[in-house]
Amino acid sequence: MSLTKAEKAIILSMWGKISTQADAIGTQALERLFASYPQTKTYFPHFDLRPGSAHLRTHGAKVAAALGDAVRSIDNIAGALSKLSEMHAYVLRVDPVNFKLLSHCLLVTVASHFPADFTADAHTAWDKFLSIVSCVLTEKYR
Amino acid sequence: MSFLSAEEKGLVNGLWGKVNVDEVGGEALGRLLVVYPWTQRFFQSFGDLSSADAIMSNSKVKAHGKKVLNSFSDGLKNIDDLKGAFAKLSELHCDKLHVDPENFRLLGNVLVCVLAHHFGHEFNPQVQAAFQKVVAGVASALAHRYH
Repeated sequence: MSLTKAEKAIILSMWGKISTQADAIGTQALERLFASYPQTKTYFPHFDLRPGSAHLRTHGAKVAAALGDAVRSIDNIAGALSKLSEMHAYVLRVDPVNFKLLSHCLLVTVASHFPADFTADAHTAWDKFLSIVSCVLTEKYR
Repeated sequence: MSFLSAEEKGLVNGLWGKVNVDEVGGEALGRLLVVYPWTQRFFQSFGDLSSADAIMSNSKVKAHGKKVLNSFSDGLKNIDDLKGAFAKLSELHCDKLHVDPENFRLLGNVLVCVLAHHFGHEFNPQVQAAFQKVVAGVASALAHRYH
């Protein structure tokens, strides 16, 4: 599964808007993840996960920054996220099923923030992009 | 023990009361076919599904989406016995339609995206969490009679 030219163009153009609120988007996606899928909290026993916490905001910003890196290197996402991929494989070892859950929550967050832009084509582009990012982050697991 | 807490029921019913079920049904089914094109395998008789625009404006897609979501809406009235409410439909989807239950999970999540799209900030994390329980429950109920 790879992005078409048109899909890359959609991602790049929407990221222009998303990046102005990237931290908030990343944070809200995590809030949605922990609310809908409480089992995901097991990876963060050391965090204060209450909505609005400093931990959530910092971590949300990190997630958003990584997505930004992937967008800026959209033709070489594996290269851009190589270090993060190693970290997930050898250190964090988040079960692969959870990437789908966070991807879904990111999609929901983008949909609720950008109604005019979240067309069916944009929905597809983002779903594919997040799917590729998830693949890259789990590709060194074994 | 109830499937949803009283608070979750309130959140779900509160939002669902504002949903145009016919329209949202068409939108959700359309997006399923666009975003996950392999799901088109069940709808070969629906005519032009060649592009996102074609799918989203296809009258058969809209009509079928309406049917599906009205059924979902009826199910919501029996939220504490979804398996009972969807028993007949479960058998139909297994024996006659041969639909992989994974598709129920996909459609459920597309519906959540459509609700987020329509309701924006009102579809907050707590409302979403309640709906995720509902769509998971409906998907599970529809798969329950598979054999």
